[in-house]
Amino acid sequence: MTDVNNEAVQAAQPAMRYGCSVSDSRGQVVIHPTRENYIATLKALVDDTFVLCTDLTAVDYSTYASRVGKPGDRFEVVLNLISLERRERIRVRVAVPDADPTLPSAFDLYPGTEAMEREVFDMFGISFSGHPDPSRILMPEDWEGHPLRKDYAIGRIPVQFKGSPS
Amino acid sequence: MTELITATPGATAEGNQEMRLRSDLTAKEVMREVGAVLRMSEKDAAALSIDDVDVPEDQSMIINMGPQHPSTHGVLRLMLELQGERVLRCKPIIGYLHTGMEKTGEDLTFMQGGTNVTRMDYLSPLNNELVFSMAVEKLLGIDGDIPERAVWMRMLLSELNRMSSHLLFLATNGMDIGAVSMMIYGWREREEVLRFFQKVTGLRMNHNFIRPGGLAADLPAGWRDDVLDILDRLPDRLHEYDILMTEQPIWRERLQGVGVITAQEAVALGATGPILRSTGVPWDLRRDMPYLHYDEVEFDVIVGSYGDAFDRYAIRLNEIRESMKIVRQILDRMPSGDYRIQDKKVTPPPRARIDESMEALIHHFKIFTEGFKVPEGEVYVGIESPRGEIGCYIVSDGSSKPYRMHMRAPSFVNIQCLPHMMRDGLVADAVAVISSVDPVLGEVDR
Repeated sequence: MTDVNNEAVQAAQPAMRYGCSVSDSRGQVVIHPTRENYIATLKALVDDTFVLCTDLTAVDYSTYASRVGKPGDRFEVVLNLISLERRERIRVRVAVPDADPTLPSAFDLYPGTEAMEREVFDMFGISFSGHPDPSRILMPEDWEGHPLRKDYAIGRIPVQFKGSPS
Repeated sequence: MTELITATPGATAEGNQEMRLRSDLTAKEVMREVGAVLRMSEKDAAALSIDDVDVPEDQSMIINMGPQHPSTHGVLRLMLELQGERVLRCKPIIGYLHTGMEKTGEDLTFMQGGTNVTRMDYLSPLNNELVFSMAVEKLLGIDGDIPERAVWMRMLLSELNRMSSHLLFLATNGMDIGAVSMMIYGWREREEVLRFFQKVTGLRMNHNFIRPGGLAADLPAGWRDDVLDILDRLPDRLHEYDILMTEQPIWRERLQGVGVITAQEAVALGATGPILRSTGVPWDLRRDMPYLHYDEVEFDVIVGSYGDAFDRYAIRLNEIRESMKIVRQILDRMPSGDYRIQDKKVTPPPRARIDESMEALIHHFKIFTEGFKVPEGEVYVGIESPRGEIGCYIVSDGSSKPYRMHMRAPSFVNIQCLPHMMRDGLVADAVAVISSVDPVLGEVDR
């Protein structure tokens, strides 16, 4: 295949990168792997010099105005990666369903996600399979509920600490 | 309400946050702890961890350092497993300062958000505000329309804030190592910068001065002289620090070769800022992914070569000098003009107009009660704070409050380097290592 053909192929499928659909969010590149090819995509990204994972977080879309009542998964885990070589950023968004909120851990590829995945588990209740230390990180161990979920009420909450008068 | 909170019964207590006993620890877990970070083969990592696993449990001791300990910079708790003076394992336990700021952020308008984020990294509040404002502006699509004066003012404040933050680092670093006089000098110099902030923003910390669309007010009369005064006074003081600490054999002995981390490990752990630069990776977002007008000013990215605590100290000391260089250029180039965007949607009307015009009064009222609506979308903006990359991820659903507001806190990620840096070191060096990472617990726990 010549280069010309290659360009033509790329132009015909502009919305694919690393085998995932690509979208543009205010000029920032976002790729959307599925849960199944999440780790494979990250591997491809590591090989493509995206070696620094700066951020891993999640969003609970359950009350998002334009998504309510429409099919789609409740959670999205969001990673921000940097290629030090090319000085480029890329964002990875992977959907996680409410019925089975689990995702493979990215720890083996990006050891720096250890604390961030614990935070996401703590705040959203998404568990990461294969994580070396799946425990809460910010809230106390015996805390009930996951505070950043949208059905977790804001405001006055009952005292949850052991032995304290509530 | 109760049922909302217990919507996921039994989903908690997945694991114990505390350090596990040696008897519960398998070789595989030690391998993961070390091997994954070092990117070793399983065989190499297993060989490396033999020492660690072979220590009989009755010869090691787990002790707590913190959360109430002067040198943990707040409420950081470290569980250390010691064999005599040697640190075998270390686990930072955080969350003592968690106040749910990200959750709070979802209930504050974009206008009010600044007051929330500024309290996260309380040693560089202006950088927090800056990254939040830049993210909101990007969502609004006005990030290219910010007036020139506002951009340069933001740079001025951001650099002065970097100086004050690093000066405080020098103070606490000195205190932790035992150079107690340094503590007083560091605080004294920082005070001069804070005095300038107080003059400009009205507050010494937690300014809420950089806001979406620009800044809260213009620079006060005589600001240039105040900045020049700081710039004229600091070089001699920095020279004194060099004499007091950099050239001092005890200081060097105490820091050199302590808490070593390699470039590969730092990148793997997601470390940024002085920690990454101390390993020789010249990564500074101001130069590598320029924002504001950093591409138009001259400065050097300070890089270390050994990745030890001394390099991190020296980098921060010299970054103060580089920031001063940038501030001088900003003084030369500060244009006149507006200090905030003249976009009626985002900018409240000037105070004087409110007395004259009913429309202005209504507009002012609406903007401060309802706030402005931000179009649907999500953005991530990262900038270089004194501690590394501070990032703001905002998801908006089209209302006047962020649907989700997440801050990528550099200290939160950098703190993961602690177990690695302390491994096989002495317990006396633990303090030096914590200090060299320079964590701010307000931002770690948010």
